[in-house]
Amino acid sequence: MAFLRDPKPWLFLICLYPLARLGYLGYTDGLGVNPIEFITRSLGTWTLTGLLLTLAVTPARRLTGRASLVRHRRMLGLFAFFYGVLHLLSYLWLDQFFDWAAMVKDVLKRPFITFGMVAFLLLLPLALTSTQAAMRRLGRNWQRVHWLIYPAAIAGVLHYGWLVKKDLTQPLIYGGILALFLGLRVFWRYKKTKAG
Amino acid sequence: MLIKRPADIRPSEITPEAVYRDRRRFIQGAAALAALAALPAEAALPPYKKGAYGTTEPVNSFKEITSYNNFYEFGTDKADPAAHAYSLQTRPWTVSIEGACRKPKVWDIDALIKAFPLEERIYRLRCVEGWSMVIPWLGFPLANLLKQAEPTGDAKYVEFSSLHDPKQMPGQRRAILDWPYVEGLRLDEAMHPLTLLAVGLYGQELPKQNGAPIRLVVPWKYGFKSAKSIVRIRLVEQQPVSSWMKAAPREYGFYSNVNPEVDHPRWSQAKERRIGEFLKRPTLMFNGYGDQVAHLYAGMDLRKYF
Repeated sequence: MAFLRDPKPWLFLICLYPLARLGYLGYTDGLGVNPIEFITRSLGTWTLTGLLLTLAVTPARRLTGRASLVRHRRMLGLFAFFYGVLHLLSYLWLDQFFDWAAMVKDVLKRPFITFGMVAFLLLLPLALTSTQAAMRRLGRNWQRVHWLIYPAAIAGVLHYGWLVKKDLTQPLIYGGILALFLGLRVFWRYKKTKAG
Repeated sequence: MLIKRPADIRPSEITPEAVYRDRRRFIQGAAALAALAALPAEAALPPYKKGAYGTTEPVNSFKEITSYNNFYEFGTDKADPAAHAYSLQTRPWTVSIEGACRKPKVWDIDALIKAFPLEERIYRLRCVEGWSMVIPWLGFPLANLLKQAEPTGDAKYVEFSSLHDPKQMPGQRRAILDWPYVEGLRLDEAMHPLTLLAVGLYGQELPKQNGAPIRLVVPWKYGFKSAKSIVRIRLVEQQPVSSWMKAAPREYGFYSNVNPEVDHPRWSQAKERRIGEFLKRPTLMFNGYGDQVAHLYAGMDLRKYF
């Protein structure tokens, strides 16, 4: 039963929870009276959660000293992207029903849509270069490309913050956690340069 | 042998046909009466008639209307009001009419409900967030109440204040908006026959999450203009500053007429999703009430006075 001790398949199943939950709620009539809004919002917040979990790997590794944690980072990042794609699809299909003219106007005029689109475009190259082959081919540049997760996460939080009408509690929670993760990295880098 | 059978008794000899044919309604009526008797006395509203300005569009369900609400006094999530509004005490309740009028008065809510004939008005409601519903309100024109107060020449605007009591309204424990919730109308808007003070929906007393015991309904304006759980109506000379204008003056103007041409700074107002429908529908100027209200804004730049 060695495979049960491998955390990877378990993590994979856990990452499917947000999708399974939406399926279950849809089946049991639990999506409320505006299901399209519910689905779009839910996929959006899980995309942000996925990005934050991906960004949590490095601090967690440093604080616990468990270097093996980094093996799971790619799956978390790809799941964040997966929910981002579903979130975008729910906007294109369920919300706007492929009204391209309206969407182009939206992207140009609405800051919150602009930031959402920017976040998605920043994540796209990360997903495309997530394979072993791409890592080998890009060499040192791979790290530079994947640095894009930082502006992508910031754009994602701004996308959420701008959408909210008045109560900023939720976006501020995501923003605070993101600031913490980014702050830790800056702090460690600063310590390293001082030491070196 | 001839067996003489008695002639069949005709049904009409037993029960008049009209009554017989009406038996279903009789049973329903009896059931409804029994249901009414089981409710607390305050839940019964006086009889009402169908009002003017109805729409023939399909009405949203009671569940839709009562489970998806913006009522920040009970939280900012649309499920919050249905979950938390039970803490609101709607009796005793008074509504004061004051300010620039000859006959100011503090009304007891039950006296107020009995004072003016109630009618059902089926109105479209368009939220500034881009969704809409069709709601069978029960109420009376605000004009009836204002006329009785006899506004003076100084009365140019009407200001509405909602209840401010953080004990009953947990959302007010946070300074999301500058409490109490304040809204306003120009006097001619307030006197317009479409402008309703609602005390019920679907033939029942107004549910708490919908603004019990009395709320405003101004169907050609975005939903937030229709103040809920009103305790004070004040006739004033200066244009009131509403809670939303204070919170975000660039996003919320005094007029807030439904207008597909004037976007909210953060989203388009061209289309809306009718709750229960999959595809969005185009938003109508003045929410489709232009024939009745467009003249109120003749000559005004609606981009400036948004």
